[in-house]
Amino acid sequence: MAAHRCSRSALLLILCGLTLFTAADSQETTVNGGHHASAVKNPQTSTETADQTTEQPAVEERRWEATEVEEATPDDAAADKQDSPVPETVVLTSVPQPKDDFQEELVIRPLHSGDIYASFQFRTVWETDFTRGNKVSHYRLFPKSLGQVISKFSVRELHISFTQGYWRTMQWGQPFQPAPPGAELWVWFQDSVTDVDSTWKELTNVLSGIFCASLNFIDSTNTVQPSASFKPLGIGNVTDHRFLRYATLPREIVCTENLTPWKKLLPCGSKAGLAVLLKSEKLFHSSFHSQAVHIRPMCQDWECKTTSWELRQTLNVVFDLHTSAQGKREWSLFKMFSRTLTEACPLASSSKIYIDITDNPEGEQFEVSPATPLLSQASVLGDRRTFSVYDLTQQITFGTVRSLNLLIRWKSSEGDMLRPLLHGERYVAGYGLQTGEIHTLMYNYHPYRSFPVLLLDSVPWYLRLYIHTLTVTSKGKDNKPSYIHYQPSKDRVRPHLLEMLVQLPPNSVTEVTVQFERALLKWTEYTPDPNHGFYVGSSVISSLVPSIVAMDTNSTRERPLFSSFFPCKEESSYFVRVYTEPLLVNLPTPDFSMPYNVICLTCTVVAVGYGSLYNLLTRSFQIEEPNPGLAKRIANVIRKMRGVPPL
Amino acid sequence: MAAPLTLLLILAVTIRAALYRSSLADLIAERVEVVSPLTAWKRVVEGLALLDLGVSPYAGDVFHETPLIIYLFHFLVDYAEITFMVSAINDVFVVPIQFRKQKYALEAERYPLDCLELIRSPKEMYYIPLKVAMFYLLNPFTILSCVAKSTCGLNNAVIALFILTTIKGNVLLSAIFLSLATYQSIYPLTLCAPALLYLTQRQYIPVNFRRFSFWWFVAQYAFMYLGSLFVMICLSFFLLGSWDYLPSVYGFILSVPDLTPNIGLFWYFFAEMFEHFRLFFLCVFQINIFFYTIPLSIKLKEHPVFLIFMQLAVISIFKSYPTVGDIALYLAFLPVWSHLHRFLRNIFLVSCVLLACSALFPVLWHLWIYAGSANSNFYYAITLLFNVAQILLVSDYFYAFLRREHHLSYGLYLKRKDGSEATLVLK
Repeated sequence: MAAHRCSRSALLLILCGLTLFTAADSQETTVNGGHHASAVKNPQTSTETADQTTEQPAVEERRWEATEVEEATPDDAAADKQDSPVPETVVLTSVPQPKDDFQEELVIRPLHSGDIYASFQFRTVWETDFTRGNKVSHYRLFPKSLGQVISKFSVRELHISFTQGYWRTMQWGQPFQPAPPGAELWVWFQDSVTDVDSTWKELTNVLSGIFCASLNFIDSTNTVQPSASFKPLGIGNVTDHRFLRYATLPREIVCTENLTPWKKLLPCGSKAGLAVLLKSEKLFHSSFHSQAVHIRPMCQDWECKTTSWELRQTLNVVFDLHTSAQGKREWSLFKMFSRTLTEACPLASSSKIYIDITDNPEGEQFEVSPATPLLSQASVLGDRRTFSVYDLTQQITFGTVRSLNLLIRWKSSEGDMLRPLLHGERYVAGYGLQTGEIHTLMYNYHPYRSFPVLLLDSVPWYLRLYIHTLTVTSKGKDNKPSYIHYQPSKDRVRPHLLEMLVQLPPNSVTEVTVQFERALLKWTEYTPDPNHGFYVGSSVISSLVPSIVAMDTNSTRERPLFSSFFPCKEESSYFVRVYTEPLLVNLPTPDFSMPYNVICLTCTVVAVGYGSLYNLLTRSFQIEEPNPGLAKRIANVIRKMRGVPPL
Repeated sequence: MAAPLTLLLILAVTIRAALYRSSLADLIAERVEVVSPLTAWKRVVEGLALLDLGVSPYAGDVFHETPLIIYLFHFLVDYAEITFMVSAINDVFVVPIQFRKQKYALEAERYPLDCLELIRSPKEMYYIPLKVAMFYLLNPFTILSCVAKSTCGLNNAVIALFILTTIKGNVLLSAIFLSLATYQSIYPLTLCAPALLYLTQRQYIPVNFRRFSFWWFVAQYAFMYLGSLFVMICLSFFLLGSWDYLPSVYGFILSVPDLTPNIGLFWYFFAEMFEHFRLFFLCVFQINIFFYTIPLSIKLKEHPVFLIFMQLAVISIFKSYPTVGDIALYLAFLPVWSHLHRFLRNIFLVSCVLLACSALFPVLWHLWIYAGSANSNFYYAITLLFNVAQILLVSDYFYAFLRREHHLSYGLYLKRKDGSEATLVLK
């Protein structure tokens, strides 16, 4: 209460000093100040816990962790510099704003195929609560458009991704954030939502506008409610899948118009920081491009008494540098993005570039310049990786030329990749347009451990699945799934949903096959290019894969962003989600030029049936009278006019 | 009589058994002419699989058979054989119908003398049951339908039992089997009229709307019919615990959402239909099936057995998901009308067209679906032709029947006023 009063007096002081502010603005600040006064002490406690937890990791790590804590004040100052008016600094220092924090990072991993994998992550954490009754109206780092979406539609978690190209797991390893080709959207709603379906419909339309994508094509025919595959990634014990909606649009083409609104959500836009590298002419000239937005509630601290909201924007891109570099195996930031870095985003509390040098400890494979003394280790995707770290908040990183242009020069092309333990493939078998069979192959490359995987298949209604033809075989033997959740489709209403839990034996291939029948649709239901075929979204294989190294289970500890996406419950395993290829299936088509002809011809046949029966029903047999000749008939007419009886 | 019939049965069973064991069975079971979304055995198995998974079979849009059918197969382990057996027994039941028919035709004594050659001799009558059995059991359509394990065979059996009990004069059983047939697929509802006509005729109740006895009989029959229908619907409800099956079975039959190609007129018409006319044409096409009942019963009120034939033919031509099994049922009646053959006008043409179409169905299907060298219009053209041929066949028989009736009352060799030979025309 004392703190409350104190904040109010401080506010009065500000209001006096502040002549520029309008009445509306001041109201907003009072609301904010009053509401967040109770959360004043949180930043301190959180930094304290961060300090305590940093004691355990390796020495190198502590080096940058230490700088992290010191940085907090310069960051604020930088933020203030950006917002320029002087009185506002008073606001920020005297009245504690809800704490928000922005981090950006770029991970670069040279792949064994010679490609380069670059993964951007931007994270905004805001200690606020959208779900309580009061309206959040003052936004600083968090994009207002998304904040309003969260509070209006009572979203608990929102994950959306746009991907162009297919991630080749066997050549590139596991990605940090897996995504299926096309658009994917899955949302957990608060359990206070009464009509989830209409909320979902509205939400997809709003998101469609925000991201300039065809998400408005998401309707009940491509939405499913997975029972087990998509658990909330943030905090939340609600696991009633009635509040979950999952949809994919495998045909969605991702391009510049999706990237621009995505970049606008960043606090620095594409003006400063890592985001200056995101130039669409280079990003879309790549083998794989995936951008995503993940919003979820998180624990603020270890005890998890209060929640904060995390917005994570990720962009993953794989460059094929063989083709662009004329056979020379060397690349630089400038070559990839046609930009170099000159500064970190001034609003970011941390801005780092990681280069994966695990396979290159002695520098025998490639050479990185400029060299950095900072090293970091992180256990990610079941493996302990070593990274060179470039901290962009340090001026020394940019050197004397005031720009950072990382350069990697390959020395040898040997070396083998750690094979991913889990891999999935899918294809359609059979010929003709009547029936077919979907084959899903799941590879477990673990030499001695078997582990269970959850397979999720969402198949559109026009491929009628026959669940009695489902077979699961591994190593030539029948492998009965321990859990099957099957929701059959309804024509023009909802798709098939098949989820099952399968145990993958060690070092094996498990094949799941199911037969389907292709439906003939109404002519208006076909796409404008019907003979191109219809897309079926990727299968999703989710699994806890046994880990070789101990995974980090502390979710509140400061970690590089790329290693902290999927929460980790136990040390011995890590979560992996693998998307298979989408399918392209041909359906039989009617002749689109024929509607009038068909209507006429069929109606004619019906009329022939009706006519001949009508004829027989209404007429009776009579003896045919000889047909009088024409002359006689004319004579009869004349005779009739004369009043004489006819001939 | 018994020996040839037994031989015929053995032959029919052997053919079916041989086909079951052969690799052709799977091929036949996939043919769209033989199985429809309503009757496909694959879909029944899918329904059973869904039931085993704990999902209501009507939750999806794959299974559309009635609940009684699925529970019948749920408790019968030997699925394949049972369909086959029922289908065979069905035909044996159809046979005795014609014994009754004999008596009916023998009454023709009172017709003019020169019509004697129009009236069947008892010897001819004697072989009719055998011919009917042969026509049904050895009809390739029936064999295909049976080998594909189409539940259409069960529907045919129920309808045959209905005809049998009606002709035997058993009012209660007739009503029960009719309600069972209606419950299976709505269309046999129209067989109410011939059943009533036949039963009133048998019980010497005049069809007179002013007579109480007529209305009393109609009320009795309607009560039995509706009562057993009600029992069946409630039984299905209690077996499933929900009313889901009503839209899934009857809604499916009436609103034709599944446009899988078949030999009928609906699929391509509604695939190509403009959206805002869909409901209108759906109503027109469905009413078309039921509509013929009233004029046909008025015209044929003296001849309910022929009315049954006409109704079955109309249903199997115009129903929403017809298969060759439905056609086989009314084709089995043709030997009964062997005395009409002299009045048929274009039977040769029609039978040629029917044969050619039956051969062209698989060919054009292959060209469209597998070879990709034809399109849907080819298959559609054949279904049109096939249906025109069926319509001509039925109307030809109707014409012949009416003409024979006319000759029976006016004599076979009609003369004009001036004594020259007259030709009959419809006016």
